[in-house]
Amino acid sequence: MVAANPEIPLARPLVSPSIVTRLHGLVVTVDHKKLGLMYIASALFFLVVAGLMASVIRLQLALPNNNIVAPDTFNRLFTVHGTAMVFFVGMPIVAGLSNYLVPLMIGARDMAFPRLNAFGYWMFLFGAALLFFSYIGAPGLSGHGSAPDVGWFAYAPLTGRAFSRGNSTDYWTLCLLVSGIGSLSSAVNVIATAFGMRSPGMTLMRMPLFVWMMVVVSAMMFIVIPPLTAAQIMLLIDRFLGGNFFNTQSGGSAVLWQHFFWIFGHPEVYVLMIPGFACASEIIPVFSRKPIFGYSAMVGATTMIAFVSMGVWAHHMFSMGMTSVGNTFFMISTMAISVPTGIKIFNWLATMYGGKIRFELPMLCCLAFLFQFLIAGLTGIMLAAVPFDWHLTDTYFVVAHFHYVLIGGMLFCIFGGIYYWFPKATGRMLNKTLGLWHVALFFIGFHLTFDTMHIPGLLGMPRRIYTYDPGRGWELLNLITSIGVVFQIVGIACLAWNLIRSLRKGEKAGDDPWDAWTLEWATTSPPPEYNFETVPPVRSARPLWDLKHPEDPDWKYE
Amino acid sequence: MQFNIRSSRAMITRALFMFFALGLSASPVFADGASSVTNIFKPDGPPARAIFDYTMLVLAVCAVIFVIVVGLLVYTVTRFRHRREDDGQEPPQVYGSNQIELAWTVIPIIIVFVLTLVTARTIAEVQNAVPPPKALKVTVVGHQWWWEIRYPDLGVVTANELHVPVSDPAQPRPTFLKLESADVAHSFWIPQLAGKTDVIPNRDNSMWIEPVTPGTYLGNCAEYCGTQHARMLIRVIVHPQGEFENWVAAQKPDSATDTNLVAAQKPDSATDTQVKAGRDVFFSTSCVNCHTINGTEANGKFGPDLTHLMSRQTLGSGAALNTPEKLRAWVRNPQNLKPGCYMPDMQLTDEEMDQLVRYLLTLN
Amino acid sequence: MINADRLNLPYTSAEWSLPSSRKVAITSLIVTESAMFSIFVVAYVYYIGKSLTGPYPAEVLETPIVSTICLLASSLTIVLAERSFKRESIGAFRLWWSTTILLAAVFLGSTAAEWKRLIVDHHLTISTNLFGTTFYSLVGLHASHVIVGLTLLTLVLVLSLKKSIRKADGERIEMLSWYWHFVDGVWVVVFTVVYVIGR
Ligand code: HEA
Ligand code: HEA
Ligand code: HEC
Ligand code: CUA
Ligand SMILES: [Cu+2]
Repeated sequence: MVAANPEIPLARPLVSPSIVTRLHGLVVTVDHKKLGLMYIASALFFLVVAGLMASVIRLQLALPNNNIVAPDTFNRLFTVHGTAMVFFVGMPIVAGLSNYLVPLMIGARDMAFPRLNAFGYWMFLFGAALLFFSYIGAPGLSGHGSAPDVGWFAYAPLTGRAFSRGNSTDYWTLCLLVSGIGSLSSAVNVIATAFGMRSPGMTLMRMPLFVWMMVVVSAMMFIVIPPLTAAQIMLLIDRFLGGNFFNTQSGGSAVLWQHFFWIFGHPEVYVLMIPGFACASEIIPVFSRKPIFGYSAMVGATTMIAFVSMGVWAHHMFSMGMTSVGNTFFMISTMAISVPTGIKIFNWLATMYGGKIRFELPMLCCLAFLFQFLIAGLTGIMLAAVPFDWHLTDTYFVVAHFHYVLIGGMLFCIFGGIYYWFPKATGRMLNKTLGLWHVALFFIGFHLTFDTMHIPGLLGMPRRIYTYDPGRGWELLNLITSIGVVFQIVGIACLAWNLIRSLRKGEKAGDDPWDAWTLEWATTSPPPEYNFETVPPVRSARPLWDLKHPEDPDWKYE
Repeated sequence: MQFNIRSSRAMITRALFMFFALGLSASPVFADGASSVTNIFKPDGPPARAIFDYTMLVLAVCAVIFVIVVGLLVYTVTRFRHRREDDGQEPPQVYGSNQIELAWTVIPIIIVFVLTLVTARTIAEVQNAVPPPKALKVTVVGHQWWWEIRYPDLGVVTANELHVPVSDPAQPRPTFLKLESADVAHSFWIPQLAGKTDVIPNRDNSMWIEPVTPGTYLGNCAEYCGTQHARMLIRVIVHPQGEFENWVAAQKPDSATDTNLVAAQKPDSATDTQVKAGRDVFFSTSCVNCHTINGTEANGKFGPDLTHLMSRQTLGSGAALNTPEKLRAWVRNPQNLKPGCYMPDMQLTDEEMDQLVRYLLTLN
Repeated sequence: MINADRLNLPYTSAEWSLPSSRKVAITSLIVTESAMFSIFVVAYVYYIGKSLTGPYPAEVLETPIVSTICLLASSLTIVLAERSFKRESIGAFRLWWSTTILLAAVFLGSTAAEWKRLIVDHHLTISTNLFGTTFYSLVGLHASHVIVGLTLLTLVLVLSLKKSIRKADGERIEMLSWYWHFVDGVWVVVFTVVYVIGR
């Protein structure tokens, strides 16, 4: 309907190529769209794997003094679950979405460095392979150990040679080092693409918010991944060369590791969350039929979050005996984040206000996100309240908080994004009935599991325990928590089935099924290799709105 | 603005308790009669109480924000939903408003500012408390996976169960804990008595408790510390007025009331040959390398001090209750009760086991 | 705020110019590397004076004046080389470029000599104490960057001798010099921390 019309002949071979040819195609591809989809597909695969590990965790904790897995096995499960979810589900989804969408949204033909892009993907996959291979490989020469069992933040000195023999911790270290390099490659690409390849007319303040947020996230990665890398190098020096960085026996400091990890770790959680915000910022306006309220405030708030998040890391360490001044400082900076985050929430609300909200699947996910993220943010405030945190830290309340942000916040937005952009990527709609089942079941399961999970924390249940005695009022709550997982599994299975089925059988989508406003909807679905034949003129943040409504274009109001 | 919270606190408290009623409703009885409560909303003593009062304020603020924002969300979604009788026109396009942006920037800033002030006050109140001269001083050493508890001023060493005197508000007698670690990071937490403080090697941390009600309080190690982190429990036994001194007296190595200890020290006076044989087993096996029994040549430091083993309620840091059967099971093979713990299976014969347990039972 | 230029679409390339991807990427790389170095520097500073056993920095470290001058000078020579390249005087380019390489090599050589002295004469290894651990990691991390730089510099020299560098590669060469300036800048920090403050 718009500039690029479907009549353009696509370079499609007549006979479908053999599976080997296709796999080979995937391995050698440098096309940002293929890589983006490969990232997302891998992330969903690891979501299922790590989710199944979580299911075993929940099975073990469903009843007191349960004996389904041995203590060490349990400790490995939560370590690998946490590591995989953060680094091999969250991070590749960030990379995948930005790879697929950023060039399309700014009207570019590819990323700035296509080969670097492919390199990034394979580094990520290699990192993930290292993590899971540790189950087989980590006994190494010394015969000790299996997968890493030090927790996803691997506090020193538990990771030292004295307490972690064998190579399990080394696998953990290396998998993060390697995948960190992968993430950096994709971040460089996003930044260079967004700065250097925007289509004419698209000034920075006309970039879709999605692109803005991905730029901010990528910029954050440059600053926060290196501390992790540095800390991992130090750990490797300690473990292989006998260094003393974190060796408390020779004067090293266990607390230094905590600082280094969380200087990375806290901004990292926003690196995971902001792409969620990015999806919501595209979806909510389209389904409310209004432009985003306060575009520049959104940009400003995102940048604020990025900046402030670099100065809050020690809120993960309130119980480690900082001075009261230190505690107070990090409490203030942490709570300060609620201001820009609040601005976002209110802007989304204001976007819906006065609109005509269509309850399509992407929008349903975003509405659930708004509700859940509010709760998650408020439990975050409780954690930031230092004296309260002295109780809450390292309990199931924290576990509930971060699953609430990561699942209720990030994952729901990602689901929304999948429903929203799947038609663009494949040319077919996802099935709505199956989608409703997925969203409903996952919503119920999520709330059963993670609402309930807060309470054992308040009743004194620490995290990372493989079992517990009856009698402290935790039994029923843990059982409910575990039952919720059943709903989640069925929900995710619906999604998986829907994705696979709709790929072939889905209803044809057309170029612009949602009547949306950003450039990616101006090309065919799926877009051709070169993305655009001609890019529509960009005179505002909503170029397609301008095309569709010449009588009332946005650029008049800029 | 002076916080006029204290008056309305009781009300808020009650309301919030309804929130957590689900959790509280399940409170069965703990097997050994110890209070099973590890609920942070049932504080005992000044530090826990200060945190509790503060907590209620934070919860109230959050509850208000929650209600308002959810209200807005629900209103917006219902009011502005797409309707079937719609005219098909796009709604008016609104791009933003600086005044409104300003409003929802400033209001949260004010809320945060207020929260910040209260928080800073509570932090200082709890964290910067100065020990009064009468305060009891205890050193707690975290080990993988048990607690060593030393009373440097009293010359008493025990494990896993912290005994303290009750504090009378008129004559406060708090307990100040010095926290050290022998290996990795742990965290000391008794939910009813205080927040947690990490126990980190090569770092001096401290905390204080001041229970005002006698009883047994439970807690856990709250920092992941390896295989048996889950079974690194803590008990605090708060003695009623005057009884703490009795306990201390009974724990002293030279305590005259401790006849059994005398028996242990002077095996010839032991009436029971089984006990004597058990003692021989203990001293001829490598038990002595890891455990201390005061007044004997057993002075290992790797495991818990066993001098007054039988005065403890639990074995293996809460892995089992301290009954003769469990004690036997423990020594038979600790790996059954606490898989992965650092006491090995000593591979004793049944006969040796009988004798050894008879001997251990005299250590009270 | 509507200006005529905005309405006059589409833009010609002269009106619509964006930063070069390469420059953005190198800047990002430099930011990243700085973040990583800062962590090592923080660790170094944090552990100053915390070693439980000797040898201590005051006993064994000597200020590497010559090599520092060499490295700083190389920043100058690479600028000169770059300028010659822009003027298309390829002879001067090769001369200055080779000087840069030479200076870098001298720097690395003296670092090697220093390490040999510390290891052989003073028995300070990376596992000896906190000083050893932090010293070798920080200086080593920097040296490894010098090695990478040296390799790239040599590559450019070889290519230029083979006459396969063209005018269009000017930006590549400029980027390499940015990187080199960065490595130099880091040395200033490392030098200050290790040889001035750390003693
Ligand atoms: C997606 C990731 C994500 C996000 C977005 C957040 C958001 C926040 N988090 Fe969370 N957090 C994690 C992931 C995340 N967190 C993880 C993974 C951990 C645990 C790691 C581990 O230990 O394993 C953790 C742990 C964690 C801790 C440490 C707990 C502990 O271990 O002791 C703290 C403490 O301060 C905290 C606080 C916050 C705060 C204040 C926010 C804020 O950003 C929230 C801001 C949002 C709102 C407040 C709601 C909306 C605002 C309004 C409606 C405006 C009005 C509100 C006010 C004025 C208050 N988080
Ligand atoms: C993005 C991040 C993310 C996500 C999505 C999840 C998802 C889940 N997590 Fe996870 N979790 C973390 C990040 C995440 N977690 C982190 C960082 C930690 C900390 C680790 C640490 O302490 O070191 C943690 C720790 C953690 C714990 C604490 C362990 C402990 O402290 O002892 C628990 C316990 O209940 C838990 C549970 C769950 C559950 C039930 C889900 C569920 O939502 C999972 C739902 C998914 C599925 C159930 C998969 C679906 C499966 C199928 C559909 C299979 C069928 C399909 C086919 C056959 C095709 N998680
Ligand atoms: C290798 C060292 C080692 C040896 C040898 C050893 N123990 Fe232990 N023992 C420990 C450790 C460590 C613990 C604490 C385990 C835990 O709680 O994780 C312990 C705990 C105990 C306890 C429980 C104490 C309590 O208060 O919880 C008893 C009883 C005990 N040992 C008796 C014995 C006897 C009897 C022997 C000899 C037959 C013995 N131990 C040999 C290391 C050892
Ligand atoms: Cu000790 Cu956990
Ligand atoms: Cu954080």
